[in-house]
Amino acid sequence: MSVIAARGLRKAFGTTVALDGLNLCVEEGRVLGLIGPNGAGKTTALNAIVGLIPYQGELKVLGRDPWTERDQLMRDVSFIADVAVLPRWMRVSQVFDYVAGVHPRFDRAKAEGLLAKTTIGRDRKVRELSKGMVTQLHLALIMAIDARLLVLDEPTLGLDILFRKQFYDALLNDYFDRSRTIVVATHQVDEIQNVLTDVMFIHRGRVVFGCSMEEFEARYLEVTVNPEAAAVARALKPIHEGDVLGRSVLLFYGVDRQQLAALGDVRTPSIADLFVAVMDNQAKWAPAMAHPEMAQGAVR
Amino acid sequence: MNTQSNTLPESFEAQTVAPAALTAVRSMYWSIRRELWESRSIYIAPLAAAVVFLLGFLISMVRLPQKMRALSALDPAHQREAIAMPYDMAAGLLMLTAMIVGMFYCLGALQGERRDRSILFWKSLPVSDLTAVLSKASIPFVVLPLLTFAITVATQWIMLLLSTAVLWANGLNAATLWMRLSFFQMSLYLLYHLVTVHALWQAPIYGWLLLVSAWARRAAFLWAVLPLLAIGAVERLVFNTRHFTAMLENRFSGGGAEALTMPGTFPMNPMTHLTPGTYLSSSGLWIGLLFTALCLAAAVRLRRYRGPI
Repeated sequence: MSVIAARGLRKAFGTTVALDGLNLCVEEGRVLGLIGPNGAGKTTALNAIVGLIPYQGELKVLGRDPWTERDQLMRDVSFIADVAVLPRWMRVSQVFDYVAGVHPRFDRAKAEGLLAKTTIGRDRKVRELSKGMVTQLHLALIMAIDARLLVLDEPTLGLDILFRKQFYDALLNDYFDRSRTIVVATHQVDEIQNVLTDVMFIHRGRVVFGCSMEEFEARYLEVTVNPEAAAVARALKPIHEGDVLGRSVLLFYGVDRQQLAALGDVRTPSIADLFVAVMDNQAKWAPAMAHPEMAQGAVR
Repeated sequence: MNTQSNTLPESFEAQTVAPAALTAVRSMYWSIRRELWESRSIYIAPLAAAVVFLLGFLISMVRLPQKMRALSALDPAHQREAIAMPYDMAAGLLMLTAMIVGMFYCLGALQGERRDRSILFWKSLPVSDLTAVLSKASIPFVVLPLLTFAITVATQWIMLLLSTAVLWANGLNAATLWMRLSFFQMSLYLLYHLVTVHALWQAPIYGWLLLVSAWARRAAFLWAVLPLLAIGAVERLVFNTRHFTAMLENRFSGGGAEALTMPGTFPMNPMTHLTPGTYLSSSGLWIGLLFTALCLAAAVRLRRYRGPI
């Protein structure tokens, strides 16, 4: 059973189509990065997955319908929204008391232990904490919940780079194991590249690209082409061509590394490079995909 | 997966039912505690009102010995009326405070969590919308009446002890005071009044306010009040009647007519004036409760659909 299985997910707010037939399939033990421009439908997709909004189409999360079974589902799913949502009037100790009271899978001792590593006092109110501290507190809560799926929507928005690194290090080293699944939507693509097992691009409410990180690292290459080799390089059918300081930068899929090394400097692209390339292609010829077979949205 | 669960022995299902009920009770308990953490005015306002009243009562103590001497000339019924008057005032003040607190609480209860976006946090926990709305509704229906009762009884005790001390200090006998007041009956009467009038008869008011709170994006107060005024005005204009306004007044004033004979007077023995039979068989009570249930059901549904404002 897939942790998340979505088929033809649709959601419109008035005349704005936020999800336009989204297909998504996430298996257990994966860390999926959901990447897309502003307004692509990432937050809408995540909100549908955690049962915050109704939708059309098929969606099962851990075998349940999130919209009708949100409260049961939330025993196994943790969620951090893109804004600081911990109630500002609450004391840290009250947050722990309440979550311990209502959540059967919350390990309070673990949360207290995680909190002790920070500078957050238990008697402080959330409104007195800095944004970084609120995120640390929320992370301590989430990590102490024995959930099967963790959904993160821009969890580190507005934090400095040290906090962001700390956040993902903690998640990966102390939380993630092969029986858990994490879905994270973010703009800070490069920072989470080493955290992910899979990556997926969303554009205009659809999945426009998806592959595993192993495949990404094995099959995609970026070449800063020497000017005299440009014509030869273009003959190899790059999926994207950019311009950096007057030199052409070409992105290739499935072309032999040796062959490309003769044309210029070869390097493994970052997710951001690929993202820019895919979005650029989307803008140029919207329906035609660089690699349609890659866009099925299946994460295996 | 289905075939698996179908073959599970029945005892397994029975085992899972009990913890489920327990979990529901736990969620409810912690949700209500959460409400009390958030809205401390629920208990601070009545306590403050009680303290202010006690201060005023303390000042009025100066005239107590004189008053008691004058009272001895009266017949028991009038003695009783005069003695009980400040105690009724204390109860009335606290009930009014609780009502105001309850109404403002209900107006903000389901809007505040959307405005500060904390609803995203509450919804990330395994607590159903039903539990959330019921825990909020329990504040005006259960918590405030019980709290009002406890604070009123405590206040009245303090008043009684203060009066006794002052009378003794002036060399007067406090026996008349204790005999005429029948404290226990007064408390029972208060509890009856709180349950029948404040918790149940006025339930539609709180139900309506919770519904508006779940629905309105802003200006919940206006949305709560203006439609009611508009209905009353339209009725007046079109039919030249005022049934709707009269009904509202009845709900707000407590409409004690069904629960008690002679509302508004303090009878010699209050217990003989309770009419629970009439009260329970009045259609107004049940229509009101039905309306309340509909409002709450709608609020539960709205909370499911509504995100942060």
